[in-house]
Amino acid sequence: MEKFKTLHSRAIPLPVENIDTDQIIPARFLKATDRVGFGKNLFRDWRYYKDGSINDEFVLNNDAFHGNILVAGSNFGCGSSREHAAWALCDYGLNVVVSSFFADIFKGNALNNGLLPVQVSESFLQALLKGISEDPKMIISVNLEQQLITAERLNLSEKFEINPYKKLCLLNGYDDMDYLVSILDEIKEYEVKK
Amino acid sequence: MGKTLFDKVWDSHVVTTIKDGPQVIYIDKHLIHEVTSPQAFNELKERGIPLLRPNQILATADHNTPTKDQHLPIKDDLSRKQLATLTKNCADNNIELYGLGHENNGIIHVIAPELGVTQPGMTLVCGDSHTSTHGAFGSIAFGIGTSQVAQVFATQSIVMEKPKSMRITINGNLKKGVLSKDVVLYILAEITANGGTGHFIEFAGEVFENMTMESRMTVCNMSIEMGARGGMIAPDKTTFDYVKGRKFAPKDTDFDQKVAYWKTLPTDANAVFDTEYTFDASDIAPMITYGTNPGMGIKITEKIPEDTNQSFKKSLQYMNFSPGSSLENLQVNYVFIGSCTNSRIEDFRVAAAYIKGKKKAANVTALIVPGSQLVAKQIQEEGLQTVFEDAGFELRQPGCSACLAMNDDKIPEGEYCVSTSNRNFEGRQGQGARTLLASPLVAASVAVAGKIVDISKLV
Repeated sequence: MEKFKTLHSRAIPLPVENIDTDQIIPARFLKATDRVGFGKNLFRDWRYYKDGSINDEFVLNNDAFHGNILVAGSNFGCGSSREHAAWALCDYGLNVVVSSFFADIFKGNALNNGLLPVQVSESFLQALLKGISEDPKMIISVNLEQQLITAERLNLSEKFEINPYKKLCLLNGYDDMDYLVSILDEIKEYEVKK
Repeated sequence: MGKTLFDKVWDSHVVTTIKDGPQVIYIDKHLIHEVTSPQAFNELKERGIPLLRPNQILATADHNTPTKDQHLPIKDDLSRKQLATLTKNCADNNIELYGLGHENNGIIHVIAPELGVTQPGMTLVCGDSHTSTHGAFGSIAFGIGTSQVAQVFATQSIVMEKPKSMRITINGNLKKGVLSKDVVLYILAEITANGGTGHFIEFAGEVFENMTMESRMTVCNMSIEMGARGGMIAPDKTTFDYVKGRKFAPKDTDFDQKVAYWKTLPTDANAVFDTEYTFDASDIAPMITYGTNPGMGIKITEKIPEDTNQSFKKSLQYMNFSPGSSLENLQVNYVFIGSCTNSRIEDFRVAAAYIKGKKKAANVTALIVPGSQLVAKQIQEEGLQTVFEDAGFELRQPGCSACLAMNDDKIPEGEYCVSTSNRNFEGRQGQGARTLLASPLVAASVAVAGKIVDISKLV
C-alpha cells in the first residue's frame, strides 16, 4: 500500500444519499479474478445509458468537475461488502471520499486500499457541495497528519476522526496483513489456549 | 455490570488489543465463494504467505452460477473462469469445496447452517455482507472485504474495533399473515437503512423466541440492511434442536458439553446496551418496499409517504411512484422467491400452502429458486414441486440468482418485481429493474393475483 500524503485537489460533487455499492460497481462487473480495471465501470449505470451512450447529466461526464476527491451524500457505501467498490474508486483515480456518514464495511475496505474516508458534519458537507458547484476549480486540502479538511476559498475547515492505528497504517503505507502476520505466534498461542 | 450475548462471544475471541486501537479477533469459521475470494488467493501468492487453517474454511459456488442446466459447461467465459479459479484455489490449498452440482452445494448462508457448520458462540466471516444471517444461532457473524479474506486466510484473524451494542425488543403475538420478513422490513422502516450503523444488534423478546431457526435467519440476514455489521439472537432449545444431528454438529457427549456452554451465552439481566428500541408485535402487518433502499417500506395497506429530500424524490422517480399513492392493485409481472433471505424449506412451504390449487396470473413470470441442493430435494420429497409446477411457477436449481442478477436471471428494464430478496437498490435485479421487497407469502399472493393485494384479507 502507498503512503498517504497531504492532498490538495479539486473535488467532484455527488449530492446523493445512500449511495450503495451496487451503484458504485454493479454486480455484473464482479466476474473478474483480479483487482485492476474496475475504474472504467465506476458508477456504470449512472454514467452510461443501457445502450452504452453517455449520460451527459452525470457529474463524472461533466468536464467542469475533476479531481481526486469525491464529495458524496450521507451513508456512502452501504449494501454489499464487495471490495470492488473501493478498487473502482481507487482505479478511477480517487484518493479521498468525503461524506457525512459511511457504511462500516465500505469504510474498512477503503482504508485497506489507501482510500481515505473523511467523515464530516452534515453542515460542512452541504457547504462544501454548494462551494464546489459554485466554483468547480476550488481546491480542497486533506491533511491526514493533522486530521484536517480545509476549503480555503470558503474559509472552512473541519477536524475529522480516524483511529490512531489506522492513521499510522495509512501514513506509513502498512496494512492489516503486515500487522497480523507480525503477531502470528501470538495468534497460535491463542489457538492452543482456546 | 453484566455482559451482553455479543460481549461474551467477542471477549472470548480477543487475541490481543492494539494500544489506542482496534482489537485482533480470532475467526472460527471462514466461508468463501467464487466472487470475493480470487483476489485474496492472489494476494497471498504475491506476498508469499501460506494459508494458516484450511480446515476451518468452507467453500461454495453460488453468486455467479446458472440456475438452469447446471450439468452443462457454463456459457459465459468470465463466469466459467471465475468458477474454475475457485476450484483450483480450493484444490491447491486443501479447502473443502461444495461446487456446482455437488449434493451440498447452495447459497453459502443456507448451506453452512443446514450442514451444522454454523454453531452458537462462534465467530464466522465471509466475503459477503449477508454473513449476518448466521447470527441467528447466537454467533458473531459478519461480512468482510477481500483484503480481510486474505488476512483470515493468512492468520485466521482480523483487526476490528468493537462495535456498539443495540437491542431491539419485540413482545406480543404476530398477526395472521405476518412472517419474519415482515418483522425485519418493519424494523427497517422504523429505524431506517442506516439506523444500525456502528452497532451489532441483538433481537430479543417473545417474537424472536417463538420463531423457528429459518425465520430467525431471515431477520439476522437483513440486519446489514440497517447498516449494522450483524445481528444476533440468543441460542435456546430451538437452536440446539436445529443444530443436533447435522453433518458437522458436535456428537454425543461433545454435543452435551457444547450445549452446557451455549446455555451460558444469553445476555445477562443487568447488561446495558448503547441503544435500545422496543416495538409491539401487534403493530406489525404484511410489508412491502416502495423505494430504492430496504428502509423504504410500508404496510401494504399504507400510502407512500411524502418527503422533500432530493434523494427520496430521486428514488421515487426511479420506481415511477408518487407520494401519497397506494401500492395495492399495482400490476406486477415478475415474482422472485429465493435468495439467502428467503430460500429455506419453510419459505417454500408457506408459499406452496397458499398457491396450492391456484394458478399464477397470466401476466406473471414467477421464479422459485431454492437456497441449496438439500432444499431442492426437500421441495421434491414434500410434493411442493408439483404444487409450484401445477400453478405455472418455474422451479430452478439453487443459487443467488435474481437477487443480484450476476447470472442470466435478470428482471427486464422498467418492470416491477416482487422479490423475497434483501435489496431493492437501483438496478440490483437487472439494469432499470424495479424491486419491491416482501415476504414469500406476499410474493405468492402477488404471483396469483398478478397485482399487489392485501394478504391479511386472504389468509
